[in-house]
Amino acid sequence: MSKLYMARNPRVAARSLDGEMMIMSGRDSTLFTLNKTATILWQAADGATPLDEIVEHRICPEFEVEPAEALHDAETLARELASHEILQISDEPIALANSSSGVSR
Amino acid sequence: MSGLMEQMSAKALKLNIPLSVQLDLTYRCNERCVHCYLDHDDHGEMTTAEIKHLLDEMADAGVFILTLSGGEIFLRKDFFELLEHARRLMFCVKLKTNAVLIRERQAARLRDLGVESIQISIYSHRPEVHDAITLIPGSLKRSVDAIRFLKAQGLKVIIANVLMTQNMHDYPGVRDLAAELGVECTLDPTITPMMDGNRSVLDLGVDQTGLRQVFRDTALVGDVEEFCAIPAQPGEDDLDATPCSAGHTACYVSPYGEVFPCVQFPLPTGNVRQQRFVDIWRHSDQMNDVRSIRVKDLTTCPSCTHISNCTRCPGLAYLEGNMRGPSSQDCGKSFARTGVPSANMLAKQRAGLNPLQGNSGSLNLVQIRALPSLSGATV
Repeated sequence: MSKLYMARNPRVAARSLDGEMMIMSGRDSTLFTLNKTATILWQAADGATPLDEIVEHRICPEFEVEPAEALHDAETLARELASHEILQISDEPIALANSSSGVSR
Repeated sequence: MSGLMEQMSAKALKLNIPLSVQLDLTYRCNERCVHCYLDHDDHGEMTTAEIKHLLDEMADAGVFILTLSGGEIFLRKDFFELLEHARRLMFCVKLKTNAVLIRERQAARLRDLGVESIQISIYSHRPEVHDAITLIPGSLKRSVDAIRFLKAQGLKVIIANVLMTQNMHDYPGVRDLAAELGVECTLDPTITPMMDGNRSVLDLGVDQTGLRQVFRDTALVGDVEEFCAIPAQPGEDDLDATPCSAGHTACYVSPYGEVFPCVQFPLPTGNVRQQRFVDIWRHSDQMNDVRSIRVKDLTTCPSCTHISNCTRCPGLAYLEGNMRGPSSQDCGKSFARTGVPSANMLAKQRAGLNPLQGNSGSLNLVQIRALPSLSGATV
């Protein structure tokens, strides 16, 4: 199974409001809030860490879920976030330009 | 406002988080608009480093929507450096500009940096009217060219049409221009007193006849009967409500680091050159005083017919001398809409005063501001 890498889309706006992540689409200003799992994916989406590692180290300990099941669900979620242009996904590491790497707060 | 944005605003209000800030980068300007409330000298603007530090503090404080305005923002030589820093902090950045300095290259850079929207002041579709307000020949062409450059980059542009005596009859033409350009258009007949207290610019404001015309234009207000209806009796919720977002989930920072509840509410609350932004926001006595006000605490207004749908601006009330008092401009707006005088107008009439006269100057009138079109979703 190939690796999946994720990076935050530099065109979105984002802020954590008391732990709840608000994301505004750069495409059409649609506002999203991320659930707990999606927030973990967003915060871990550095373009360099593959999804399976994120699931193993960040999601499984949080939710006490089987790794295979968690990875399947996380990949579905990552692809959904990518369809909204919140994340960029690739089967190779994603290089981030310095000016657009984004500091998630 | 979308349902989700309302939810986020309610949450920010509960948590005392400044969700939205307008930061004026400079008061310098390359236009000399006849109605402008600013002086255009530099009295010691914040440096690049100071503004970057402020942006860091604002991100930490939870600010999400950052409006960069002025003056003319593109006169700051470090503008793109500041914008880049703001976007790296993932603010939702909105710009207000006259766009005279935006060409293809700047438009492309704004697209690359993911600016949410650019609001551009257009006073008329006719150069002889627009340029007579900005006092810069050729300014309408420059601004409209810029809108085309921005649209070509796929950016969201909003034309802001300030209405006054000089351009009162041109707003349909501006709306047509906006439609031709494929951009949104807002109409705002508010003229703000100058920062030095000079209220002579208020004479440029649209009179009651003009306002009544605007409020009965279906193209602007939709259902005129509904828009101009006399409001229902206020309920408990109306009286317990906060007057507006100023000081509650929003505030304003001047180019000199002064923090105010709103750009139109110049109550000094602190300066980010002396204190952390978040400390001013949370602990300023003045900010907390503004926050404590509920509609039922206002003088005169709680007994007013219009209280449940009045657009009373606490900043304009403050500029009249009392932030808990009425805003005569908004009384004029309610009157023009419904034909029913406000409690403030009736009180003035009983005192033998002009009911449509503000406490410190002549009447200027209404504001119709479009809310950002945000749809919401949860993922």
